[in-house]
Amino acid sequence: MKLLRDTWLMFQRYLWIFLSNPAWVIIGVIQPVLYLLLFAPLLKSLVHVPGFPPGGAYNVFVPGLLIQLGLFGAAGVGFGLIAELRAGVIERFRVTPCSRFALLLGRALRDILTLLIQSVILLVLSIPFGLQASIGAVVIMLALVALIGLGISALCYAAALWLKDENSYAPLVFTLSLPILLLSGVLLPLQLAPGWLQAIGDANPLLYAVNASRVVFTGHGSGADVAKGLAIMAALAVVGVAIGARRFARAIA
Amino acid sequence: MIIRTRGLRRVFRSRRSTVEAVAGVDLDVGAGQIFGFLGPNGAGKTTTLRMLSTLLPPTGGEASVAGHDLRREPDRVRQRIGYVSQEGGSYDDVTGRRELVLQGRLYGMSRARAEQRAAELLESLELAEFADRRTKTYSGGQRRRLDIGIGLMHLPDLLFLDEPTTGLDPQSRARMWEEVRRLRDQGTSVFLTTHYLEEADALCDRLAIIDHGRIVAEGTPEELKREVAGDVVVVGTTGTTAAAREVLDAREFVRELTEEDGVLRLYVDRGETAMPQILRLLDGAGIALSTLSLHRPTLDDVFLRKTGRSLRETAA
Repeated sequence: MKLLRDTWLMFQRYLWIFLSNPAWVIIGVIQPVLYLLLFAPLLKSLVHVPGFPPGGAYNVFVPGLLIQLGLFGAAGVGFGLIAELRAGVIERFRVTPCSRFALLLGRALRDILTLLIQSVILLVLSIPFGLQASIGAVVIMLALVALIGLGISALCYAAALWLKDENSYAPLVFTLSLPILLLSGVLLPLQLAPGWLQAIGDANPLLYAVNASRVVFTGHGSGADVAKGLAIMAALAVVGVAIGARRFARAIA
Repeated sequence: MIIRTRGLRRVFRSRRSTVEAVAGVDLDVGAGQIFGFLGPNGAGKTTTLRMLSTLLPPTGGEASVAGHDLRREPDRVRQRIGYVSQEGGSYDDVTGRRELVLQGRLYGMSRARAEQRAAELLESLELAEFADRRTKTYSGGQRRRLDIGIGLMHLPDLLFLDEPTTGLDPQSRARMWEEVRRLRDQGTSVFLTTHYLEEADALCDRLAIIDHGRIVAEGTPEELKREVAGDVVVVGTTGTTAAAREVLDAREFVRELTEEDGVLRLYVDRGETAMPQILRLLDGAGIALSTLSLHRPTLDDVFLRKTGRSLRETAA
């Protein structure tokens, strides 16, 4: 009960901080729109390249975009935490009886909520371009985005608590997220890649989320891939939360 | 005792070395006092503060804080203490009122109760006018008052203040002293660290100095100063000093007597009681005084004597 209450209090705090800054809200809405308008039209002509998955350009591309949104959205969350660390806010919370787990969970739930809202905007805007999606596909897609958001943001909070400084955090996060993105098949399917690159890609958990999302959006592929994608993202979320929670609970020297 | 520690220790281990940051600290802090904790940088001051405020588990020793065992019941301790770090604890993008209400809620208050308590504090800290502005618009003094308000939301018995006046202008500092005294007068015990000796001297009822992880001095500011050097009474006479010397030498209240530049310097335990005696003795012997003055050692003398360093040199 205490965990739920403290998580709710923290969630409200971070949602308020987000909503009270119009710049964040505008950026949050514009981001998915830019993805859609500035990149998706390029795909039209790619559909006929050999090896491009069947199912229509938008049904192949939009799921990947959502996963990219999840990855990059979650990668940026550490900056806010570092600002709070510097202001002594985290230390202040640690002296209260507030649940340590709630310190992580309240923030991460805010991150998930913003990601889900962005995802819905992107999905709705894609419909006029020719995206076709069933309710079931959308639900699975959003579940994947939520799990990625939870796992990656928890890991990023752990990194921020560990590094305590933007100048170390930014290079680390951006250096890691780029190869993760490229090797997930988000931009172009890894089926187009040479064998050695595919082998490296197989070690990337996000690849399985991308595969699962493409299966539900294009109808090509097996249900086992969907289950695998969901299971791997759930595992990522559990591992991320465990690491993040440990960092929040740890005493600070 | 609001704080009682015995042999409190903290060891930091890294791959290369083991550092005993706090090497067995015994502290007794009475309730209802302003207790000052001084020490050069790296002396174990911050580590001790972090242990007492539950941020860092001790490696060894015992401590009871605000009536609860620090190691066995840190949650109980947390309920009874407030803590204001050097950095403050409020966030730029949040309003003062929101920070206060959230703090109260984290201690289990209902929304209505937290809002009521926040309004009380905003009023008494003279922040009501700015309550619904983001804290980044506050002046340094206003921000510090808000941070203290956050620490006081749940009516703690004991408030820890880590360098509460660092970076404040003299006017805001004086205002902060008033605030801290008011807290003490209302029954809240205050444990503070400071780099300013005049602050320790003017504000604190008792002091402890820590160096190399151990308490090297403890007492009221007056006791500490007296312990180090006693007071110095400087006596000048109209004639030669020889007669005065004869009268004053070997009196039990005079620890030491020296002569410098034609005046006598008497080292005594308590200058305010020694001066009337000196007057009476010299008067009785018919010796005329030209000057009589009392000099007191400063806390910086105490600090220098106890740690081998001047606090002013070590101030960050």
